[in-house]
Amino acid sequence: MIKSMWWKFLGIFLVLYSIIAGLLIEVPALPVIHQTIRNLFYHVPMWFSMFFMLGTSLVFSIRYLSGFRMKDDLIASGAANTGLFMGSMGLLTGMIWARFTWGDFWTNDPQLNGAAVSMMAYLAYVVLRGSIDEAAMRARISAVYNIFAFMLLVIFLGVLPRLADSSLHPGKGGNTSTMGGLDPMMRLVFFPAAIGWILIAFWLLQLHNRRRALVQGVKLNNL
Amino acid sequence: MKEVNELILKDFRLEIRQRYAINGILLYVFSTIFVVQLCFGRIIDEKTWIALFWIILLFAAFNAVSKSFNQESSSRRLYYFTLASPLSVIISKMVYNTLLMLVLGILSLGLFSVFMGKPPLYPALFIPAFLLGSAGLASALTMVSAIASRSGNNSALMAILGFPVVLPLLLLLVKASQTSLKEVVEAGVIFRLLAAISLIDLVVVVLAVILFPYLWRD
Repeated sequence: MIKSMWWKFLGIFLVLYSIIAGLLIEVPALPVIHQTIRNLFYHVPMWFSMFFMLGTSLVFSIRYLSGFRMKDDLIASGAANTGLFMGSMGLLTGMIWARFTWGDFWTNDPQLNGAAVSMMAYLAYVVLRGSIDEAAMRARISAVYNIFAFMLLVIFLGVLPRLADSSLHPGKGGNTSTMGGLDPMMRLVFFPAAIGWILIAFWLLQLHNRRRALVQGVKLNNL
Repeated sequence: MKEVNELILKDFRLEIRQRYAINGILLYVFSTIFVVQLCFGRIIDEKTWIALFWIILLFAAFNAVSKSFNQESSSRRLYYFTLASPLSVIISKMVYNTLLMLVLGILSLGLFSVFMGKPPLYPALFIPAFLLGSAGLASALTMVSAIASRSGNNSALMAILGFPVVLPLLLLLVKASQTSLKEVVEAGVIFRLLAAISLIDLVVVVLAVILFPYLWRD
């Protein structure tokens, strides 16, 4: 199933649909946000796909620690790299959005700072991998750190923003959730966009892993 | 349990014998606090006091804990590996570093009060937050130093790996200290902050206990 093509086409189709429909549909013109709300279709799916990638990375790190197969380590590190890429796209789209709604590229918002620090944790993971030469040792130690990094991600993006006194993000710091108040028309674009970008992220991960498996001479069965 | 006690005692004896390490950290704490006093003068506002206090304690903790796994040579580590279970090794290191952190913390609290005065901190919130926070910082950094000790360039990596790991705890501690500046803090607020800090402590300790055996073996 992973080897088949249909989910890649589905991903392309959904992303194309969300880009075209996202620019064409009527959106509610709310104060301050106005038309920039369309960025919801591009900004939020980046974070969703980042969560999926880093979750995949966590799962394969745990699998590595329970079986010590190099294939699991390859997928775990590939997923962390892909997750970092999706996360930085999320930061970039968010910064552009912030510039036009909140007036600045960076604001002192718990969600933003949390995202930056968890990105830093995963960058530290990449540095840690680079600093150990022996492959088995690198796999084992980085798998341990990866579990810590995911814990940080959950704390920084899931827990601390909700405890914060104020936040500019919906659903955080006592604000109402996005999903509760989302326009029904926009839901028709938002959910396909999220699914589409998640599928694209998995495709990226597959390509990344296949290339690295070729370079490192690790055998990937059924991937 | 006996194993843990013996290992803590061993760490303590090592510290006493190689006194330069602990003296270095104490001197570090003293000189940074003195520099802060020279820069800010005696009266600084309370938020700055709290921020500086935790930053200095954080860096002292980095210095104190980072040596906990690489002060011993790899052949001696192999020797411990044959003697003790990984569980007692990590627990003893965490307990020892917590004690060290508490000493450093109380000392810097004292020095801060002497040099810069003490803001009126609400004791029922600040003291438990300080104790729980020191324990959490020490445990998290112990685990990070175990990770960093297994890779090449230790000191730089320790800072890179440790910074994100201790940050949630540090933010909560600063928040708890700032809340404790109020004259009266409600029990609910105290409970929520302390619960959040102890939750992070618990997660760190549990993860460290589960994951340390993977770091310990070769």
